[in-house]
Amino acid sequence: MSITLNEAIEMITLEADMLDHGDFKEWLSLYTPNGIYVVPIDPDTEEFEKTLNYAYDNAEMREKRVERLLSGRAISAAPPAKTVRLQARYRMLESNAESCTLRCAQMLTELRQGRERYYSANVTFRLVRTDGVLKIDRKIVRLLTSTEALTAVSYIL
Amino acid sequence: MDILPDPTTLVNEDSADGSIYSNPDLFDMEMDRIFMHNWIWVAHRSDLPESGNYITTFIGQHPVIVSRDRKGEVHVMLNRCRHRGATVCEHKKGKAASFVCPYHGWAYGLDGALRGVPFQEGYTGQLDKSNYPLISLRVEEYNGLIFASFDHDIMSLDAWLGRTKPWIDLFMKQGAGWPIKTMGEHKFTFPGNWKIQLENTTDAYHFPIVHKSFLDSVDSETQNTFDFVEGNGYVEDLGHGHSVMVMIPDLVDLDENLEAPIPERFQELADELAKDYPDEQVRRIVRAVGGSGFNLNLFPNLACSMAFFRVLRPLAVMETEIRHVAIGMDGGPELANEMRLRLHEHFQGPMGFGTPDDSEAWDRVQRGSLAGRDISILLNRGLGHEAQREDGNLFSDVSAETGMRAAYRQWLVDMTGKTVRAENGE
Repeated sequence: MSITLNEAIEMITLEADMLDHGDFKEWLSLYTPNGIYVVPIDPDTEEFEKTLNYAYDNAEMREKRVERLLSGRAISAAPPAKTVRLQARYRMLESNAESCTLRCAQMLTELRQGRERYYSANVTFRLVRTDGVLKIDRKIVRLLTSTEALTAVSYIL
Repeated sequence: MDILPDPTTLVNEDSADGSIYSNPDLFDMEMDRIFMHNWIWVAHRSDLPESGNYITTFIGQHPVIVSRDRKGEVHVMLNRCRHRGATVCEHKKGKAASFVCPYHGWAYGLDGALRGVPFQEGYTGQLDKSNYPLISLRVEEYNGLIFASFDHDIMSLDAWLGRTKPWIDLFMKQGAGWPIKTMGEHKFTFPGNWKIQLENTTDAYHFPIVHKSFLDSVDSETQNTFDFVEGNGYVEDLGHGHSVMVMIPDLVDLDENLEAPIPERFQELADELAKDYPDEQVRRIVRAVGGSGFNLNLFPNLACSMAFFRVLRPLAVMETEIRHVAIGMDGGPELANEMRLRLHEHFQGPMGFGTPDDSEAWDRVQRGSLAGRDISILLNRGLGHEAQREDGNLFSDVSAETGMRAAYRQWLVDMTGKTVRAENGE
């Protein structure tokens, strides 16, 4: 049976909740070993490895990013910004028994040192089912402002 | 009547008053006296590879278009229609035959000439198009770096860059024999004055403190390479506010030391390249991928910083935009350029492992420096053992604030209106 919209939403909502509540170590386990977390700059590209991104994280880089957030040794993340993100406008782009591609909107509010900042994005997930469990194989965060000037983002979008 | 601040009371040889980061009147003076009377970097040659290519950017707070005309000549023009002042182009880059104002349709050539005016008969002979081109700035280029200036009387770019030129040439060796090309950029703002960022480019002192988290994320060999604060590097004043900070002396000339062992983090790349290139070229490419061992700070807005261009743009007295422009080998191996992109992403930009921590430190300088009145910012590190080379350049150890002192000397020259003019020579 194809992966349903509800199954997929349940999975990515779990991810969003973990990120907003600082469960970064647990977050790592949501990805497949070859999974990629990417925040591209170029709004049109699909060839992320050939272009400059804000983040292009394989498993090793994701682990390092989490270590950075938890270590207290990065002054921009000591402590990390607090975030609240809402996802909505879900659309299943394709789905079969093993994998699916889901697109949604994400509105994120960040609070750090008395300053609130906002990032809106279209987020596309490719989820795969392994041993009956859904994992994130690809998460592409296309920021609305990706080609504009951002501010320091010392957390995970 | 407004009374302008007196810059001579704000900057000394070894310190500056904290208000230099927050005085709006001083900022307005800087935008005029520094950003309208010096050479300001606007583009790299590879941003405009062909006739008809253009980019839009800023000189200080002035929007400009940088274009390459049909003859291949580069023009830098104010992005302002001569009719009612509208911008004539809002694309960041592209290819065009002309720039047409969206308001009344005035059309300008790539060289800025006013070509067409709709319904021109309404001017009954009172509009001579030849009198209303886009306003052109002075443009000169050195080794792919394109600079422009509002001031047609300042010295040549060649003279302005002066003793920095050999360093620019060394920096461009990152092409490993191919020309350098830009490969995208990270752009971000921080809530602070532009000079806080300018200072940072030759500040080795902060590196092991601010960048602990970056250093945690690399292998021990790389950690050793970046352990330079007590090493034998140096900072040197190159005149006109420019300076160079050599962090890793072994990586000053990328064509040298090719026989040195390939660092472990580059071994996989070297193995791949060995399938297509002879050993010496593999070594040259791999060394180039790692970047140069120095930061060259070109007053006031560009740095050739290890492996990328750092471009700063003052937005307001306490707001600055920074671009970290990635560079690579134009025509070089794709794999090598991809590795450069990954290295850039690792440290630079708003989500890198380095930049957000820098940005935090600058933010804190801005906020902290608002405390109290008449309290100095110290610029005296390394002054006690600063010495002079035979060519006159002042230099001190790698963690010295020699580069900042160089920048503030030029700042003072510019701000007091004593800009060194062409007729005075060097």
